Amino acid sequence: MSDEIQVTDQTASDEQEIPLEKPVSTFRLIATLGVAGMMAGLLLVLVNQHTKPMIDAYKAEQLQKAVYEVLPGTDRYDTYYLVDDILSLSLPEGVKESDYKRVYVSYNPDNQLHGVAMSRGESGFQDVIMVIFGWSPNTGKLMGMKVLDSKETPGLGDKIFKDLPWVGQFFASPDTPLIPTKPGAGKGRPGEIDTITGATISTKKVIEIINNGLEEWKPYLEQGLPQSSPVEVDEAPAEAEVQS
Amino acid sequence: MKKTTPSQDFVRGIWKENAVLIQMLGLCPALAVTNTVKNALAMSAATFFVLCCSSVLISTFKRLIPKEVRISSYILVIATFVTLADMILQAYAPVQHKELGAFIALIVVNCMILGRQEAFSSKNNVFRSLLDAIGVGIGFTIALVMMGGFREILGVGTFFDISLFGPNFEPWVIMVLPAGGFLTLGFILLAMGYFEQRKKAKPPKVEAETVEVSS
Repeated sequence: MSDEIQVTDQTASDEQEIPLEKPVSTFRLIATLGVAGMMAGLLLVLVNQHTKPMIDAYKAEQLQKAVYEVLPGTDRYDTYYLVDDILSLSLPEGVKESDYKRVYVSYNPDNQLHGVAMSRGESGFQDVIMVIFGWSPNTGKLMGMKVLDSKETPGLGDKIFKDLPWVGQFFASPDTPLIPTKPGAGKGRPGEIDTITGATISTKKVIEIINNGLEEWKPYLEQGLPQSSPVEVDEAPAEAEVQS
Repeated sequence: MKKTTPSQDFVRGIWKENAVLIQMLGLCPALAVTNTVKNALAMSAATFFVLCCSSVLISTFKRLIPKEVRISSYILVIATFVTLADMILQAYAPVQHKELGAFIALIVVNCMILGRQEAFSSKNNVFRSLLDAIGVGIGFTIALVMMGGFREILGVGTFFDISLFGPNFEPWVIMVLPAGGFLTLGFILLAMGYFEQRKKAKPPKVEAETVEVSS
């Protein structure tokens, strides 16, 4: 450290001999920061333009995979949008798709209603946790859960997607609403999900997100969903394209 | 001023002036993300990239940056590189990006990087700034991997996700919690201080040992 102090002194005395060491004009200060900021902004925009489509494509692909994952046994699914409090397969003309909430309704190979997948994000311990989960309207049980996006503490909160036994609990068709339970303190109620020591907040949050999501969507889902897919099997690929 | 050779610039940061263990800089990532070796390595790699890029850029433009706004300019440069690293990783290596999670944004507030710009890059040429950055980056990696190793072995019972003790091992959960970071760093510093003091207290013995080794 003492070396560095000497270095500073030396440079300071060097610079005093250079006539350039006059007080710098305010304009130059603003110009320097302005130019630096502009260059930084330009660079970021360029890279963002290049990487954004790749990131979005990856996310869409992940979402599509996730629907099949949280609804085991799905043959094909349709996206229903919530338009004016009614679930609808199509959107009004000229609106942005991302403005509408949606559920993914899946059908089994016999074209019978199989399950509903919903994605939902809420603030976790660090940032928003995005969860997609599948629920069966036929039995009222949960079918699966996957964390799409989270910035939970590595090593602790990230167990919400790394701890496989924990994730497995959501695939064991628990009853809804889910009940967060301290590990070992369960009373054998259906719907009990053990939390993880060291990740209590994150694990409870995931359970809460699922419960809140179900509460929000259940009224709409109970209005009635078609028991078999209204979309012809032949048209399914076209539908899939619209989603991506 | 003691003139340093380029090789000294490089070696200095690795151990003698190690950013984390001696200068006590960059402790935020050193404490927060070292609960496993993998995390520690990933963090070190990202920091290394940002440190080298910022050092090169700032030593290139050092004459154009007025003294009054140098800190804000440095932070701007560092933040830009961190964001770039974040976006590029997310596009080309989405799996690793997910693994790193919140770590990457944290690099901006790593005062070790700002410290190197202020103390070295702003006063030296590009080549030596790069050497210095590489040296400091390696030193940072050593410190983080050391801490990550201790914490993962004791807190999870694994090293690099390889189980060491078998299923009967009861993990010391506190070691992967934030408190474990402080404990680990404290014990590492204690050990270093102890050996440092012993070296100073018994100089003849050290000399004798050195003679034996050299002969």
